[in-house]
Amino acid sequence: MSREIILERVRTALGRSAGQAPAAPPEARVRIPETGVEERIEQFRRALEALAGKFHVAASKQEARARAAGLLEGRAAVASNSPYLAECGITELEGVRSGFTREAELREACATAGAGITSADYGLADTGTLVMLSSAREARMISLLPPMHVALIPREIILTGLDELFTILPNPAELTSSMVLITGPSRTADIEQILVRGVHGPGEIHVIVV
Amino acid sequence: MTAPDKILTTLANPPLQKAVYAATGRLMDHRRAVVNPEVLPDYQELRTAANAIKRHTLENLDYYLEQLEANVTRRGGKVIWCKDGAEVAGFLVRLAKEKNARLVVKSKSMTTEEIDLNEKLEQAGIETVETDLGEFIIQLLRQKPYHIVAPALHLTRYDVADVFTQRLGVERETVIEKQTMIARRVLREKFLAADIGVSGANFLVAGDGAVVLCTNEGNARLTTTAPRIHVAVAGIEKLVPRAADLAVFLKLLGRSATGQPLTVYTSFLSGPRREGEIDGPEEFYLVLLDKGRTQVLADREKRQSLFCIRCGSCLNHCPVYRKIGGHNYPWVYSGPLGAVISPLYQGMMHDSWLPFASSLCGACADVCPVKIELPKLLLEHREEIVRTKAAQGRGRLEKLGFRLWAWLMRHPKLYELAGTAGSVIASGDGGWMTRLPGLLNVGPGKAWTSQRDMPALAAQSFRQLWRERRSRS
Amino acid sequence: MVKRVTLFVTCLVDQLFPKIGLSMADVLESLGYELDFPEAQTCCGQPAFNGGHWDEARQVARHFLDVFRDSECVVCPSGSCASMVTHHFEELFAGDPGRLAEVRALRPRVWEFSQFLLDVAGVEDVGARLDRVVTFHDSCHGLRELRIKDGPRRLLAKVRGLELREMDIPEECCGFGGTFSVKFPEVSGGMARTKIDSILRTGADAVVGLDSSCLMQIEGALRRAGSQVRAMHLAEVLASR
Repeated sequence: MSREIILERVRTALGRSAGQAPAAPPEARVRIPETGVEERIEQFRRALEALAGKFHVAASKQEARARAAGLLEGRAAVASNSPYLAECGITELEGVRSGFTREAELREACATAGAGITSADYGLADTGTLVMLSSAREARMISLLPPMHVALIPREIILTGLDELFTILPNPAELTSSMVLITGPSRTADIEQILVRGVHGPGEIHVIVV
Repeated sequence: MTAPDKILTTLANPPLQKAVYAATGRLMDHRRAVVNPEVLPDYQELRTAANAIKRHTLENLDYYLEQLEANVTRRGGKVIWCKDGAEVAGFLVRLAKEKNARLVVKSKSMTTEEIDLNEKLEQAGIETVETDLGEFIIQLLRQKPYHIVAPALHLTRYDVADVFTQRLGVERETVIEKQTMIARRVLREKFLAADIGVSGANFLVAGDGAVVLCTNEGNARLTTTAPRIHVAVAGIEKLVPRAADLAVFLKLLGRSATGQPLTVYTSFLSGPRREGEIDGPEEFYLVLLDKGRTQVLADREKRQSLFCIRCGSCLNHCPVYRKIGGHNYPWVYSGPLGAVISPLYQGMMHDSWLPFASSLCGACADVCPVKIELPKLLLEHREEIVRTKAAQGRGRLEKLGFRLWAWLMRHPKLYELAGTAGSVIASGDGGWMTRLPGLLNVGPGKAWTSQRDMPALAAQSFRQLWRERRSRS
Repeated sequence: MVKRVTLFVTCLVDQLFPKIGLSMADVLESLGYELDFPEAQTCCGQPAFNGGHWDEARQVARHFLDVFRDSECVVCPSGSCASMVTHHFEELFAGDPGRLAEVRALRPRVWEFSQFLLDVAGVEDVGARLDRVVTFHDSCHGLRELRIKDGPRRLLAKVRGLELREMDIPEECCGFGGTFSVKFPEVSGGMARTKIDSILRTGADAVVGLDSSCLMQIEGALRRAGSQVRAMHLAEVLASR
């Protein structure tokens, strides 16, 4: 059996025996800066805009909804089942379909939609990143298939960065089969190193911080 | 010890030369902008931490492999252990047949390039489509990747226009944005129709049973979301112990590769979709590949080559790579990485010229995010090759030359005699060396003068002049 | 306090570029050092080491250790030769505890010329004068193994009449690499041409470096390109009056 052969080769290479405990790993290196919410929002904005992502601040959920409506400009959109979006009244906007629970229908809707609207689980301030865990509330396709991605997030969920994320979530696999860190619009520079956005994922990304 | 003639062809192609030099120069600049001390004060610390984590993981690899397997299995996935490429292909072909799968989409994986996976699948009648734009283009051209991060570095928009017209049947298009949209359209159909998505893995997290993918286009997300089966193929060296360790590696990978603090998408995937999740694959397989890695692991010195996180930074900084480009390396990995690992995986004597095709400038080691001592490993390869050649009775002339040289260097008076003789032959304007043109037309003399002028050689050595100076004072 | 300095001029300087050795001697003497030159010296063994012929390299390295064993302070006009002794002898003698001990004892006493001036002699101004526009090439071993970067520039800044213009790629390898230059001449030549293009763009009339091997490669390429720009060793610049 290849499994046994490979493991045996590894053990022989290392001079270890089956079941031998490992040496202690280096301590996980964690540096979480002390940054206030306002500063984190500002960092997030700078980082996201540097990548041609668009950043909006809304003073209230109503404002967020209005802002989102403005971005959609009548496009057909798919919204996730995130309760936060419902709270913001996104699901009631014209042209927005949500409440999908079956993959086939969701896929079809996303394939033809002009925008996908989601919330997010966390933001990372230093890189302008959205952290999205796949769940019944947030499907993967919505932030992936349509050419525009709009995310509404409450300001409190913006963390300082990766170190803080993995401190809060040391085992993402406990919670989800897919955690995605989204940092700006999809891009490539594979042809002559010329930057093009929107290759496979959304070419336009808007984050509305409430 | 001769370089393949291909190298000369590349050197004689100025547009290609310029393109490679410029593209790698840009990547160097991008990296420098985001690792300098003002922007990333922790950079050197992170390198040290990354090296330590990889060293620890590999020194305890059996433990972490078993932990990885247990966690993958716990989350509903299945681990497939493969000794070599044939086993990987065999597994995928059987799986495809079992599941009636006819179309496979792939996101970028150098590991699958190592084992010619696409060819093997095509032979079994399974349509296999690369979805990373650069890989898609070179797949159409049936070429090897030119650079581990930028596979189509050597191509112009006109090359792309040609191949799209020929192989996709579209109208000729030379605008890069529009070419990209053509690829997006063509590949989207494939994503949504594919039965199996095959990805590589940038990292495997043992503590979670997770595959980590770092990409920019979104093709890896689509590859691992749309098809109902996801197969990740990864070398056993890709492991890290904990999710928290990613905080070190993710800060280094994007910056070193393309100057991005994070790639656009970082996916942390652990198994098929969970209960309640609406989309995502229904089945997940993690293929773990040995193919020579356990052998490298056994070599305490060369083991560090397994730390590599495939950022491509060494390629970008290598003055040799920047001159000869990726297709002049014999295997799928090019640059300093390729020069170090090709002999380890293909056999030290397979392309014995390769470890010598370096000036040992050390630029690669300076930028390697996991601090692999690349020049040191090249020197050790050289020593092994010389020793092997001697045992095979090859390289006699060079060995004799060095023996003679070493003997002279141990006998200062004879060394001085030889030096005096040499200066008589070649002093000043070249002395006899120019009067007997034959001397400059062979061996090292010819090699030197083919590219540059001979130095004006001194009539007297330093030691002679020193004696005179001393006797004067 | 170091009073006596032992010169290790390197085989290349000894046989091909003696003026570099004499210049180095001039500067050191002007700073008040007594000099000695053990005639038994030949080479550090680097060519054989880089070529994979480690037995032969060891033979030559042993000779080096014997010659310089009792030297209080060894100064050398080459980054690559100095780092061969201070960084690579350890690898060569890893399996020989006796010689390894000798290497470790000698290592702190071996200095590349510019580092000696700055870190041992403690001087930046050696009283030099040279009315020229020059640029500076960072030789690879000196840069990456000995971490030499600012040092020579500080020394050059004190040379009266000298203007230093940085080229855009000072740290890029000149392409010498020992036997690499003749085993892969076209690649080596290509690298040299890239280097001299950068040098010529500065408009300098000389390029200064720490390693005669680099200077030999660079000057050879300059002449082949029809340029009269000179390649000068730092020692030659600092000895100029």
